[in-house]
Amino acid sequence: MTELRVTPLGAGQDVGRSCILLTIGGKNVMLDCGMHMGYNDERRFPDFSYIAREGKLTEHLDCVIISHFHLDHCGALPYMTEMIGYDGPIYMTHPTKAICPILLEDMRKIAVDRKGETNFFTSDMIKTCMKKVIAVNLHQNIQVDDELEIKAYYAGHVLGAAMFEVRVGQQSVVYTGDYNMTPDRHLGAASIDKCRPDLLITESTYATTIRDSKRCRERDFLKKVHDCVEKGGKVLIPVFALGRAQELCILLETYWERMNLKVPIYFSLGLTEKANNYYKLFITWTSQKIKKTFVERNMFEFNHIKGFDRSYIENPGPMVVFATPGMLHAGLSLQIFKAWATNELNMVIMPGYCVAGTVGHKILNGQRKIEMENKHMLDVKLSVQYMSFSAHADAKGIMTLIGQCEPKNVMLVHGEGGKMEFLKTKIEKEFNINCYMPANGETAEIETKHNIPVDISLNLLKRECSLTSSALEPPDAKRPCVLHGALVMKGNKLQLIDPAHAFRELGLEEHHLRFTCTVSIDEEGPVTQTVDKIYQLTKSKLKNYPVQYSNDGSITVSESVLIKVSGDEESKDILVSWSYQDEELGSYLLQILRTSLTT
Amino acid sequence: MKLVCLSSNPSKPCFVLYFKGVTLMLDCGLDITQLQHFLPIPVVPGTQISKARSWTPGFEKKNKIGDAYQEVKECSGRLFIDGCFEMAIPELEIVDLSQIDAILISNSTCILALPYITEYTGFKGHVYTTEPALQVGRMYMEELVKYVERNPRTNIATKWKQEEVLMHLPAPLKDAVNTLKWKQCYTKHDIDSCLSKVTLIGFNQKMDIYGSVEATPVSSGYSLGSSNWVIKSTHEKVCYVSGTSTLTTHPKPMDQAPLRNSDVLILSCLTQTPLANPDTMIGEFCVNTAVTLKNGGNVLVPCYPSGVTYDLFECLSAHLEQCGLAGIPMYFLSPVSDSALAYSNIFAEWLSQSKQSKVYLPECPFPHAELQSQGRLKNFKSLHDMNLEVKTPCVVFAGHPSLRMGDVVHFVELWGKHSANTIIFTEPDFPYLEALGPFQPVAMRVCYCPIDTSLNFSQANKLIKDLRPLHLVVAESYTVPPIMASRRTDLVIDWEPSPFTYKRGQVLSLPVKRKFESVEIDSELAAKMEPVEVKAGSAITMITGSLNVRDNVYILKPLQKEVASGQKRSHDGFEVHKKSYIFGSPNIQTFVDVMTQQGISSIKVEDTGSGSIIHLPNDETLIQVDGDSTHIICEGDESIRVKIRDSLIKCLKRL
Repeated sequence: MTELRVTPLGAGQDVGRSCILLTIGGKNVMLDCGMHMGYNDERRFPDFSYIAREGKLTEHLDCVIISHFHLDHCGALPYMTEMIGYDGPIYMTHPTKAICPILLEDMRKIAVDRKGETNFFTSDMIKTCMKKVIAVNLHQNIQVDDELEIKAYYAGHVLGAAMFEVRVGQQSVVYTGDYNMTPDRHLGAASIDKCRPDLLITESTYATTIRDSKRCRERDFLKKVHDCVEKGGKVLIPVFALGRAQELCILLETYWERMNLKVPIYFSLGLTEKANNYYKLFITWTSQKIKKTFVERNMFEFNHIKGFDRSYIENPGPMVVFATPGMLHAGLSLQIFKAWATNELNMVIMPGYCVAGTVGHKILNGQRKIEMENKHMLDVKLSVQYMSFSAHADAKGIMTLIGQCEPKNVMLVHGEGGKMEFLKTKIEKEFNINCYMPANGETAEIETKHNIPVDISLNLLKRECSLTSSALEPPDAKRPCVLHGALVMKGNKLQLIDPAHAFRELGLEEHHLRFTCTVSIDEEGPVTQTVDKIYQLTKSKLKNYPVQYSNDGSITVSESVLIKVSGDEESKDILVSWSYQDEELGSYLLQILRTSLTT
Repeated sequence: MKLVCLSSNPSKPCFVLYFKGVTLMLDCGLDITQLQHFLPIPVVPGTQISKARSWTPGFEKKNKIGDAYQEVKECSGRLFIDGCFEMAIPELEIVDLSQIDAILISNSTCILALPYITEYTGFKGHVYTTEPALQVGRMYMEELVKYVERNPRTNIATKWKQEEVLMHLPAPLKDAVNTLKWKQCYTKHDIDSCLSKVTLIGFNQKMDIYGSVEATPVSSGYSLGSSNWVIKSTHEKVCYVSGTSTLTTHPKPMDQAPLRNSDVLILSCLTQTPLANPDTMIGEFCVNTAVTLKNGGNVLVPCYPSGVTYDLFECLSAHLEQCGLAGIPMYFLSPVSDSALAYSNIFAEWLSQSKQSKVYLPECPFPHAELQSQGRLKNFKSLHDMNLEVKTPCVVFAGHPSLRMGDVVHFVELWGKHSANTIIFTEPDFPYLEALGPFQPVAMRVCYCPIDTSLNFSQANKLIKDLRPLHLVVAESYTVPPIMASRRTDLVIDWEPSPFTYKRGQVLSLPVKRKFESVEIDSELAAKMEPVEVKAGSAITMITGSLNVRDNVYILKPLQKEVASGQKRSHDGFEVHKKSYIFGSPNIQTFVDVMTQQGISSIKVEDTGSGSIIHLPNDETLIQVDGDSTHIICEGDESIRVKIRDSLIKCLKRL
């Protein structure tokens, strides 16, 4: 099989619900299994009926790979494994395996307890699902089966985020998940080998953005928070429990210390401490700087940041609150938002991307009146700030990654269609490679071309190489030599060996075909004189062949061509004989002798 | 294939392997048993090891050794060198270090000589190891340097080790070997510079080395991030087994499957205490500790800052709890104790399943984190930091296990005078009686409970049987019973035929005959191939291409246009490289029929018994067909010959 087939079930010209089907060398791999946060109906999960109309998915998939713990990449996993049915291997990194079930449980609670949804997966399903997960380390080559191999690379998007290389034989695909090419306060930058995959499937959230320096954005953020609390306002920062939250906490913690501020900072309780514990235990996955200093001071122990209690919402005076979830679609952050939205002194800072349909998305689009449940309209008076702290690669970062791994084709996913077009043109122009951007449910077929690895016998290799480079010139590595051999195929084994050896091995009997022709000439003089003449002629015409004059008066050329002269003083018979292997040489020589001696 | 052994201690290995044009160094262990010859460095500057005094050799001896006696001190009837510590580094003169392409480090104990190579030689290759091996290795190095530098000795003793002096010194000094090659300890700067050159690699990660071979570390179960190495080309496989344990302790278990069916298996780092069972020893260690504490005595445990020490904390704390001694404090002294404890908690990926699963809760994988928070285990950088806090009775874990440096020296002197106290030796690297030499006589109880989790001989023999290598290479010392148990013939490596053996300075030629190399056939050339099935499941095709080599990878490409196409011929007028082959025996009647179709008339066939003779009188041609050979004697026109040729070929199989 020489083609790759890729079908996005989610994240095709869209953000959210990442789920991509890949067929490589006859193996089917699912890349991510996310849910869409903007929908409450069946559209929130990928359409698994695409894989199989009914029954379990196990026999249709060889493995599932989860890139990181964000719900738009792993949110549909328990639904798929437990409610649709999948018992095959699932791969993710250690931190993802640790954190993912917590976020799934958190989401489940919001969906079931708060929104009263039924037909949602249960806590037990999350547990059984996670038991199917195999945790992987970075750079480890993992053999899924005899042919399918995967390898994780650091992606730097959140703790434990990874890019995955999927390989079957010569064919390979890299799936980036979400990644970040600039190191931030707690994570390092994504990096990959020059692995030259046939296809790079990259996210393109910020396909058209070139972001200004991180430092400026951080200063901006701190200034906005500081100004607001100085005027007595309250700052709400909706975050997800893990990831951005830790980075912003480190940022505020150091700023508060430096400026000696006393305004309280709160973090919605529950997940906080546990979340920070994960960062402490998985510190090898954070940035170099944090790793280096963790023995002396653990960056994830905060002095200024305290736990939040629901009753604090009505507290007077300024404060800064980190609350979950990050897109203001449910939970505590939405509750606080509703309480504070009507006061223009207050501020909400959205530090990440919000999918369509969420309150976060609406206010970011400038909507000032928002319909809440029971047709109640909410007047949004507080200041709405958007700060792109989201750790995605920008256009420049995506180009850098392409340069790093040198793919033969690129596919864009996890972005908006219009922006993808722009980046696609740019990639095709700059790297001169094909770029694909299939929509959901659309299949991209990508042809791949590969050399075929075979085993060559060392004897043949050495002999052929020494034959071509003549004794006078030393072998030149730059000048290729010509190699002739027999390629024997037995089952899956390919061996390039000496032809004679191959015939013996296969029990083939070579047919020995010999030609003998006579050229009769009338030439005076002794036989030896004619032989001499022919010898000189042959030598001059066949410079690249060994021509030998033997004692019995015959001439041999190359391996099998034999010339014998007989006759008397007046006329001579020249016998030319050659085997089939030297057919061309023999017939050529015959023609020369005929034309140059008889005329 | 060649293997050079550079180390004199198979438990601190260092090899150089020449394989397929690549030169690899396997491990870089530092044998520091020679530290026994030096006088311990006191903890408090100015004080001397109490019993040491100048050595006064007899008159005759003095004549022979000259001033050298001034470098030697006498202590409890033994002689010790009073000078800067020196390290017995691997034999580096017999290999060209600038030619080494890569150094593969198996675990944290096999990295200690690395700075001598990266900082003081022409080495310019890569160094590969796992992250825990690097971090723990760094701790070992830093601890060593700290101990050596803390109360530095300024005098460098050189006279005693000259050969003509050495031979006149009493044993055990005179038995010291290679003394002239000993080097001073490296510095903190050397460590940082050296370790910044290391490339980290994960278990089962395939690391390509110059396109020629692929090196992969696989878990060896010995310590955090410890590995064995699989070094492979497409057709040959060499496995290097370094520190390995099949016991269940804290590290990730040994991965055996990738080591199977190798051409060569190199075995090092077997147990240094073949007579002791580590499980029994750890039990004895706990019991002895508890008994001493119950009687109001203190327990001193000389140890390294990582490795088995973590298991000692775990087992001992549980045992003390059982004995109702949970209130007894454990003190852990090492300049790197902070790092040693902190790092152990962040290497979840490298731990046993049960420890690993704890981080998902999220809890610290090792119980010592909780012991610390309960105040049962307290760690200090040095004696000076702990002064006011010591509560007796207590257990002190302190380095260095050689008893020649570190805070342990102080405790041996302090507690050695009282018979209620106990010192328990658990590290197998140093003979305990020699370690105690300069402190003798001591009143405290001395226990020897060596815990070496490395493979013992029966485990190693079982492993080799399972791995089934073609050739086995082991230390010479593994083929004879150990000196202290010379009748225990079971304590040897048992292998038929007898294995290749190595010892320091030896160069082994290994009989690995390469038969195949790997070559890639270009996709364009491959597309043109037309394989012919000649037997069920076997096909063959002739292939001619130009062979290119780049980065040690062979690629067979289509011949360049001017050579391949018939249009432009070489100056002899030929397509030089196109050969074809014919097979089988023709059916005479078919042959005749085909010739007739070609317009050849008057064909006479004569049976000769073994074959046939065909006359073509009109064309002055005679054809002798005899099974698998045919001779066409054609006196006629060239076009006739071609017709006959093509007719015959039609009756045969052709490639």
